[in-house]
Amino acid sequence: MNGILPLRLERVSFAAGGRTIIEPLDLTLEAGASTVILGANGAGKSVLMRLMHGLLAPSTGRVAWSTEGPRRRQAMVFQRPVMLRRSALANVVYALDAAGVPVGQQLRLAREALQEVGLAYAAGRPARVLSGGEQQRLALARAWALHPEVLFLDEPTANLDPGATREIEAVIKAFDVAGTKIVMSTHSLGQARRLGDEVIFLHQGRVAERAPIDRFFPQPASPEAAAFVKGELPWA
Amino acid sequence: MLDAILGGLRLVATLDLRLWEIVALSLAVSLSAVVFATLLGLPLGAAIAVGRFRGRQAVIVVLNALMGLPPVVVGLFVYLLLSRAGPLGELGLLFTPPAMVIAQTILIVPIIAALARQAVEDAWREYEEQLRSLGVQGLRGALTVLWDIRFSLLTAVLAGLGRASAEVGAVMIVGGNIDGVTRVMTTTIALETSKGDLPLALGLGMVLIAIVLALNAAAQMIRDAAQRRYG
Repeated sequence: MNGILPLRLERVSFAAGGRTIIEPLDLTLEAGASTVILGANGAGKSVLMRLMHGLLAPSTGRVAWSTEGPRRRQAMVFQRPVMLRRSALANVVYALDAAGVPVGQQLRLAREALQEVGLAYAAGRPARVLSGGEQQRLALARAWALHPEVLFLDEPTANLDPGATREIEAVIKAFDVAGTKIVMSTHSLGQARRLGDEVIFLHQGRVAERAPIDRFFPQPASPEAAAFVKGELPWA
Repeated sequence: MLDAILGGLRLVATLDLRLWEIVALSLAVSLSAVVFATLLGLPLGAAIAVGRFRGRQAVIVVLNALMGLPPVVVGLFVYLLLSRAGPLGELGLLFTPPAMVIAQTILIVPIIAALARQAVEDAWREYEEQLRSLGVQGLRGALTVLWDIRFSLLTAVLAGLGRASAEVGAVMIVGGNIDGVTRVMTTTIALETSKGDLPLALGLGMVLIAIVLALNAAAQMIRDAAQRRYG
């Protein structure tokens, strides 16, 4: 199968309102290893993911997938998912329809996706009255149904309690097992450890460090990352 | 004065045929105008809300200004259009209910479109990223948002209905206030008041207010029920 990965960012920068948010950077994301984008608030994590996903156009440089028309083969889950005022099932069906999946398969795929994230019981409920954790799982079901090659997650558990966070992380692991490349931003070091294989550490719009997860935490190479890890884990 | 009010109440209570014919025609004209204006105004407002084109700001300013279009000016415009020498004179619509529907439609399209534009634009800010991520934009995105906020848009439609059922100038000019043919509540009230027949004018006034109240109450209930149901 011709995958859309690797994803190459070549001299990509982003500026808005006269402020540079992402300094020119080169990055290559390969299939396989789950990538966690770490960094303090305002480091540019969300913007970087939006550049990769294609929601923002880079000010300079280019974002290149290995094959054309990658829109349907990548999905994104936002910090606060937006649900349409219809049932949970209908929200997944909508995503399938938008992706051009034949009408005859939509219902079956949508039900399977809800099953996968443990939301089968809520299929008929209006999506907007689900709890925060359920809505985020629904967002994951919406992505699951599309069987994307790459899944971007922008701080997917930032607004959730520990129980809901565990459920979300379990679903993200299932994506990983199913062969989807995970690209996730977080500022939780624990979550980075649980889900990531490698870390891209952003500091003020620059990639300060990129390292395998089991090397990054014991001995971060850059002073910025060292300070971040220390600051987040004061007991370490 | 009291006699006139009592007289008005009696006309309403006794289901006076003349009064109810006028009420029925008024509703038929204004509701038709609202249906047409909604079909035109909602997509127009949504397109302006979601679209990115040159002169967009100017279009919004003009649209908002047109909300205050004077009914008599619209009446005059439609009159010229439909008069025998006018471009659409051959249709023979002047002084008929369809002419009144046309005039009221023109009057309230800007109201519905401008209010819908604002509502869709606010919602679009919330939905845009998610929809673009799903590969949805343009017309399909606009229709998705329009459908998703359909209960809030009731307010825009009601504002249009309020305007249509309350105006006198446009229907007076293009309808001609012909007894039994184009006489509606507002034109009757104006005429009967000037003639001194206060009971009929007051009776119609009461009905007009009651209808507007009932429609707004119904819309409010629908919105509340939808809010509870869909969040």
